[in-house]
Amino acid sequence: MLTILFDGIAYGMLLFILAVGLCITMGLMNFINLAHGAFAMVGGYIAVVLMQQYGVPFLLCLPLAFVGAGLLGAVMERTLYRPMYSKPHLDQVLFSIGLTFMAVATADYLMGSTQQIMQLPDWLKGRTELLDGALGMGHYRLFIIAVCAALTVGLQYVLTQTRFGSRLRASVDDARVAAGLGINVNVVFALTFAVGSGLAGLGGALGAEVLGLDPTFPFKFMVYFLIVVAVGGTSSITGPLLAALLLGIADVAGKYYIPKLGAFIVYALMIAILMWRPQGLFVRQGGK
Amino acid sequence: MQKRQFIQGAVLSAVALASTVAAAQDNTFKIGLILPMTGPFASTGKQIEAAVKLYVAQNGNTIAGKKVEIILKDDTSAPDVTKRIAQEMVVNDQVNVLAGFGLTPLALATAPIATQSKTPLVVMAAATSSITQASEYIVRTSFTLPQAAVAMADWAPKNNIKKVVTLVSDFGPGFDAEKYFKDRFLFNGGQVTESLRVPMRNPDFAPFLQKVRDIKPDALFVFVPSGAGAALMKQFVERGMDKAGIKLIGTGDITDDDILNSMGDAATGVVTSHHYSANHNSPLNKKFVEAFTKANNGLRPNFMAVGGYDGMRVIYEAAKATKGGRGDALLAAMKGQIFESPRGPMFIDAQTRDVVHNIYIRKVEKVNGQLHNVEFDTIKDVKDPGKAK
Repeated sequence: MLTILFDGIAYGMLLFILAVGLCITMGLMNFINLAHGAFAMVGGYIAVVLMQQYGVPFLLCLPLAFVGAGLLGAVMERTLYRPMYSKPHLDQVLFSIGLTFMAVATADYLMGSTQQIMQLPDWLKGRTELLDGALGMGHYRLFIIAVCAALTVGLQYVLTQTRFGSRLRASVDDARVAAGLGINVNVVFALTFAVGSGLAGLGGALGAEVLGLDPTFPFKFMVYFLIVVAVGGTSSITGPLLAALLLGIADVAGKYYIPKLGAFIVYALMIAILMWRPQGLFVRQGGK
Repeated sequence: MQKRQFIQGAVLSAVALASTVAAAQDNTFKIGLILPMTGPFASTGKQIEAAVKLYVAQNGNTIAGKKVEIILKDDTSAPDVTKRIAQEMVVNDQVNVLAGFGLTPLALATAPIATQSKTPLVVMAAATSSITQASEYIVRTSFTLPQAAVAMADWAPKNNIKKVVTLVSDFGPGFDAEKYFKDRFLFNGGQVTESLRVPMRNPDFAPFLQKVRDIKPDALFVFVPSGAGAALMKQFVERGMDKAGIKLIGTGDITDDDILNSMGDAATGVVTSHHYSANHNSPLNKKFVEAFTKANNGLRPNFMAVGGYDGMRVIYEAAKATKGGRGDALLAAMKGQIFESPRGPMFIDAQTRDVVHNIYIRKVEKVNGQLHNVEFDTIKDVKDPGKAK
């Protein structure tokens, strides 16, 4: 029972890290980026290649995956995404889904279509049993939870307490007025987009072990990202966090207790929540 | 729709008839090879292509004075594409034989074309039992999943495995594996306490494995596609299930030779049943593996490669016997071929056109620092149990 809860939390945390970047671009920048999973995949491949082929230690791979995916995000933002900001949502969706298809084909061409297999360092491989085996915790899952918790606190702090956070929120609420007040809106957006992509990359690197990594990754998890964002609402960090945790636990518990229906539980839950609160679980009043 | 299909069929067979006449003067023997060379199953295509090239390199490219021409096309593992390519090959290229077919739906989609044009179709990879029943012109040189599953169900009860939980991917071959394993295992006095089906797009095995751990069976029987198999094995060990006394058994798909070595130590000790291991101990196999790895940059041949290699052997021998013939004559020469393959002795059952071969029980061990499926038990001449009636 407790083990299931633990696995669910770890899985939810992972979903959160993968989806939080999407929440930022979608909620704060009002841009629908379905290619988000592609950045996660890039991060995953960076980590796997560095580890397996160049022997870079795992802990160093994670920030490198973040930086790699973030840089790619920054470049793409400047060249491809920026002209799309002012376009209607349908254009954005078509554009980003096209980008995803290209990313999948590119990954297939460069890396091959097989599942990438990652070898974790030994200190992450073990498992700790507490309370007479009622609570079994894989060390890697503990590690995921720790990293994600730290990131959440950090992000929340940046968005609500720092000057950059308030600039970002100002730029989102009204880009023209923000620019008039001397905020460089383009830089703020570019930075935000890069960080969002970088977080996806980090999530991809962390998730390669648990979720697997192959070129179809962006499509496999697109639905999960979108559920997290839709259920959690897009205007805060806590909303998607709770949504991701809820989904992770519901998914794991559902598959454990009712394996035959396991795959449906997440979707049923999403429908129920959205009927109850169409705006998502947590909505900031007065925002766009 | 039916009318359209009828017309299509009529046109096709008319063209095929015309082509047999035309081809009589033709001095080539054409093999239409359709494989998934891109997309999620590209590794299947690469293995088979390499094996086919190797066979041609070893056996020359002329048969009875005719030049062998291999036309390779990529179907991206989409059934409608496979069917279209097969149609083009039969009508435009007038191939003598169709070959390849990485997955069950691809073979099934093409079966009507083989029937209508009377072109023999050699299945080199797809493993669902029913494929050879879809057309009288289908011959299989790969294996069938029930063969492997049943062999495991025979071996397990004799080795102190009485209580088993099955875990399969939620698609056709998974059901096949689950059904045939369960039926035979129950027949042998075993007990299947729970049958779990994992969605194809399942991101995490944790809840399923935890369930298995709490049920505490003697063993967990697994069939999942090979890439997912690696993740499953790692999580199996990470969850401490091997230490809790649960064995991991399955068909050889989960310890695919192609990627086995990169799975790491989590794979050691896993017991699987399959028809081919790159470690199979025979002079012919040693030669095959050596030539294959040399020609392909160190790539290890897997069961897909051996299916392609033997498929070429069946085609070549039939072509020799008929002097580069086609249609029914060529098909007849394929039936009943008995020969030694790198996998061991095998033959093509003349009635079912399906492969009959030994199934080996293997354990993953380190051999010269590399992970291999080491065979330690043999179940001789296993026919496809799906066609027992």
